[in-house]
Amino acid sequence: MSEQNNLKEFTKGIFQYNPMFVLVLGICPSLAVTTSVKNGLAMGGAATFVLVCSNFIISIVRSVIPREIRIPCFIVVIAAFVTMVELFMRAYLPPELNASLGIFIPLIVVNCIIMYRAESFAYKNKPFVSVLDGAGLGLGWTMSLCIVSSIREILGSGTLFGLKVSETYQPASVMIMAPGAFIVLGLLLGFFNWRKLRKSEKAMKAVMKDD
Amino acid sequence: MIKEIALIIVSVVFVNNFVLAKFLGLCPFLGVSQKTSSAIGMGAAVTFVMTLSSAITWIVYNYVLLPGDLNIVAKVFPSIRELGLIEVLKTISYILVIATLVQLVEMMLRKMVPALYESLGIYLPLITTNCAVLGVALLNTTDSPKHLGFLQATVQGFGAGIGFTVAMLLMSGIRERLALANIPKPLQGVPIAFICTGLMALAFFGFSGMVQ
Repeated sequence: MSEQNNLKEFTKGIFQYNPMFVLVLGICPSLAVTTSVKNGLAMGGAATFVLVCSNFIISIVRSVIPREIRIPCFIVVIAAFVTMVELFMRAYLPPELNASLGIFIPLIVVNCIIMYRAESFAYKNKPFVSVLDGAGLGLGWTMSLCIVSSIREILGSGTLFGLKVSETYQPASVMIMAPGAFIVLGLLLGFFNWRKLRKSEKAMKAVMKDD
Repeated sequence: MIKEIALIIVSVVFVNNFVLAKFLGLCPFLGVSQKTSSAIGMGAAVTFVMTLSSAITWIVYNYVLLPGDLNIVAKVFPSIRELGLIEVLKTISYILVIATLVQLVEMMLRKMVPALYESLGIYLPLITTNCAVLGVALLNTTDSPKHLGFLQATVQGFGAGIGFTVAMLLMSGIRERLALANIPKPLQGVPIAFICTGLMALAFFGFSGMVQ
């Protein structure tokens, strides 16, 4: 029973509460860093690390944080982990990757997904499930980043992971610039809405048939 | 001097608009842009916080974080003079400055303009987590392409706020029309707002190359 619950805490972040396509949170970095799959993966990894760690720490100290000042406390915990990630990435990852992520690594501090999970989950639940919750949402976000960034990379530079997709395709560089990002995300959100609408319509029809 | 300031403002409002070219501050941009009146109020509050936080974070950066003779902390702890605190305390100190400032604005508005305070609601405390505010503080102090002076940094903060307000105002006008338009069901709400923002960003591309 409890194992099943744990699994549910993990998988809900990927589908039911997908941060990008269902909750529409953390849009700024999702648009800015999805110019290539490599950037998307690096950003997703960094944010997942911060999300898991901050969920863990906040859930451990949740009983000693007074309600009135919980937001500043969350921010300090999150900022500490973001600084760690920033220093780690500067030390071990290639400089051009760091340059293309730019200020969006320190900006993980104000990523709504992390704040949202701290406030609505980690502050109310035990450490173990909070870690699962953070890992699930982090993975869900990373997967969505990969979807958006692979579409933009294929259309915008004609490559995937830096490998050429087709010899004849002329890349439309607007897709890796700002307008392309907005339009791709808008259409993807529309696509997921369309699927949800179709599903609920089918369910309605099935109910009506039964009657 | 005046020319330089004018250049910074034009560049940050039109060419490098924070919302449409740099993807900063999208949450309030989509959240508060349904009505023109609240868009203006939100824009004014964000501009105020951005200007002040640019000024204060510039002081923090140059006199507390950077290594060297100017560092105030180094006067007490000489070992800090060599390294500075820039690596470890940048993000935390900036976000604390911004959070304090937002609290201050909130208290001031509640006392002086209660009507605006009511209409901004939850979005006022959320300015703390508006990435445009932290973003402009970080961009002011990256030292690339060059080290900004106090006045330039403050003007850049002010201009970024104005750019944010302009984008929100345009968007709120579009969304007031969209509310009456006949839009395919799956695209209603946020998706169509994104597509419109994309088209706006495309229009703002026309300004690129105007200022180097």
